[in-house]
Amino acid sequence: MSNVRYLLAGDSSIDVEFGNSISPEINRDIRAFNIAVKKSEIPGIIETIPTYRSLLVQYDPETIRFHELTEQFDKLMGSLDSIEIPPPTVIEIPVLYGGEEGPDLANVAEHNGISTDDVIRIHTGRDYLIYMLGFVAGFPYLGGMDKSIATPRLKSPRVRIPGGSVGIAGEQTGIYPIDSPGGWQLIGRTPLKLYEAEREKPVLLEAGQYIRFRAVDRAEYDAIQKQVDDNTYQYVTYNREEQ
Amino acid sequence: MGMKIMTGGFLTTVQDLGRIGYQETGMAVSGVMDQHSAKIANILVGNDCGEAVLEVTMMGPSIQFSEDNVIAVTGADLGFAINKQPAAMYRALSVHAGDILEFKALKTGLRAYIAFAGGLDIPVVMGSRSTNLKSKVGGFQGRKLEAGDEIGFRAPVRVLDHMERRVAEAEVMPTKEIEVRVIMGPQDDCFTEKGKETFLNSEYAFTSELDRMGCRLEGEVIEHVDGGDIISDGITFGAVQVPSHGKPIIMMADHQTTGGYTKIACVITVDLPKVAQAKPGVKLRFKAVSIEEAQELLHEENVRLASLRDSIEKEKNEETIRFKDAGALGSAAPEVQAAAKAALTAAFRENALSPAGDYIYWVPAGTFRIRVGEEEFTVELEKETFGLR
Repeated sequence: MSNVRYLLAGDSSIDVEFGNSISPEINRDIRAFNIAVKKSEIPGIIETIPTYRSLLVQYDPETIRFHELTEQFDKLMGSLDSIEIPPPTVIEIPVLYGGEEGPDLANVAEHNGISTDDVIRIHTGRDYLIYMLGFVAGFPYLGGMDKSIATPRLKSPRVRIPGGSVGIAGEQTGIYPIDSPGGWQLIGRTPLKLYEAEREKPVLLEAGQYIRFRAVDRAEYDAIQKQVDDNTYQYVTYNREEQ
Repeated sequence: MGMKIMTGGFLTTVQDLGRIGYQETGMAVSGVMDQHSAKIANILVGNDCGEAVLEVTMMGPSIQFSEDNVIAVTGADLGFAINKQPAAMYRALSVHAGDILEFKALKTGLRAYIAFAGGLDIPVVMGSRSTNLKSKVGGFQGRKLEAGDEIGFRAPVRVLDHMERRVAEAEVMPTKEIEVRVIMGPQDDCFTEKGKETFLNSEYAFTSELDRMGCRLEGEVIEHVDGGDIISDGITFGAVQVPSHGKPIIMMADHQTTGGYTKIACVITVDLPKVAQAKPGVKLRFKAVSIEEAQELLHEENVRLASLRDSIEKEKNEETIRFKDAGALGSAAPEVQAAAKAALTAAFRENALSPAGDYIYWVPAGTFRIRVGEEEFTVELEKETFGLR
C-alpha cells in the first residue's frame, strides 16, 4: 500500500493510484479499496471507477472537501487487510470460433505459425481477469492472454463489427458488447449480450471477475442465442480457486 | 400531448445532469454540456435542477406545442423566437397550444437549453433521462431529435405562481477569448517543466473539431517527459488530455470513462460552461488554481443558484434583509432602520429595484441607496440577500 498516491483529477474527483503497471496484485488492491470505500460511511461519495492502476473516486465538494476526503481514505488504507473480499468468480462465455463469426481466425493462426485449432485451444485454455470496463458500456479490458496468439490490429479497421464479436489486438483479447467500428482480429462470436439496457443488470460483466471462453458448435450457438433472446439462458458462473 | 418537432436542428438532445452510478460498467455519464445554464432554466420553471431539458446546439429546432406549458430558455443566444416574434431568454414564459418555437440564428455561445415546467415524459434508463449517443440509449430513443418526433409533458401548467419573479440574469457567453481555470493533474508529472509552462502561458484556440465528447485545441505543442501514452485510467468531465502529438483535447460530457493518454490538468467545474459555450475560433488561456479555490468557487455558485431559487419561491420578509455594511443607517434611530428595511423588503417583493425608483442598486456590489423621509442612506447588503430580486 505504500505506493498509493492521491492525485487531483479536477475539483470533484480523486484518482487513488495504486501503481503504474498491469498486474493482478494491483488489481486486487484496487478491488479491496473499492469495496472498502463502498462499505464506508464517508459522506459525499458519488461513484467509483476502477481502472488498471487506480480507483477514480467522484465526490461532492459541498459535502466533503479534498483534504478531509484523503484523511478518510488514509484511515481506510490502514484497514484494507481486514476487508473481506468475496472470492473472484469466473463467468463462462460460449464462443463459436471461425467461419462467418470469426473471419480473422486464420490470420491469427498464420501470423503465429500454428493451426486454427491451436488458437482455439490456447484462447479457451485459461481464465482472463477483467481489469476494468470502459470504452463503451460493458467492454471488458482483459489481462493474461497467452502471447503465442498475439496478433497486431488490422491495418484498416472495419466500419462495423457485430456485437458479441470476440477479438485479439496485439497482446489483448476482448469482446465487443455492441456493434462498433474497430480494428481487432475477429476470431469468434458469443451469443451472450454483454449489455442490454432493459435488463435488471444492464451490464453482464464486472471488474475483478474472470472470463473463461468455451468453444461451442453452430447448433449450440443457435440454441443459446434463442435462450438469450427468450431471457431463459442460465449464465454459468463459479467461484475461482485461488491459484 | 406536449410538443412536436417540426425540424430537429443541428443537434438537439434530451439531457439531464447525467447517468450517475454506471461508469464502473463503462457507461459514459453524458448529460448537459453547460450545467449552469440548464440548472437556471429548471429553477425558473420550478423544476428540480436535475430535470431533463432539451440541449440545443448551434442551429436550433422548430417546435410546435400541442399543449399549454411554461418554459424557459437559457444559455447561448440562438435567436429564440415564438410565433416569429423574438422572445425573452432567462425568463419563464407561458406557451400555448399551437405556438411555434424556433431559433433564428446563432448570435453568441453555442448551446441553449429549454426547460419545461413539470418535466418531459421521457423514460428513465439506468437512472437518467440523458441521451448517450454512442451507446444509443436514453433520452429520446437514444438519438438526436428529428422532424416528426413527439414528446409529452409530465405535468404541464398554463402559468406558474409569481411569474414576475421568474427572471435571472443572462450569463456572458464567450466571444473572442476566455480564461479557463484548471487544477493541474493527475498526470502533470508526465510533462516537462517546459511543457507545463507552455500549457499555462500559451494562447490556444478551439478548432472546428469539437463535439459532446471533447474539444480539440490548436496551439503550441506541449512537451512530454516520455510520450503521451499511459496505462488506462479514469477520465473526468473537463480533463485536458494531451496525446503524444502534444495538442490538448478537453474531455466533455460524452467522454469515455477510461483512457490511455496523459492528462495534464482538469478544468474546474465552474468554468466548464465557458468551454461548453465556446465556438470554433474562440481563443483560450489556461490558468492553474488550487483545489481550495476551485471548491470555494463551486460553493459560491451553489449559493447563487440557491438564492435564485429562494428569490422565486420564498416569501420575502424583513428577516431576509441582511446588511454587510449598514453605514450611517446602523446608527440611525430604530424606527428609521425599520422603515429602511421595510422599504427594501417591499422593493424586493415588487421587483421594483430600478434607477427610476427611490432605490438605486448596483449588482454585483450589492450597494443600495435608500431614502427614508428626508434622509438618504447608502448600505451594502450580504450577497445572499441581494440574490433576491
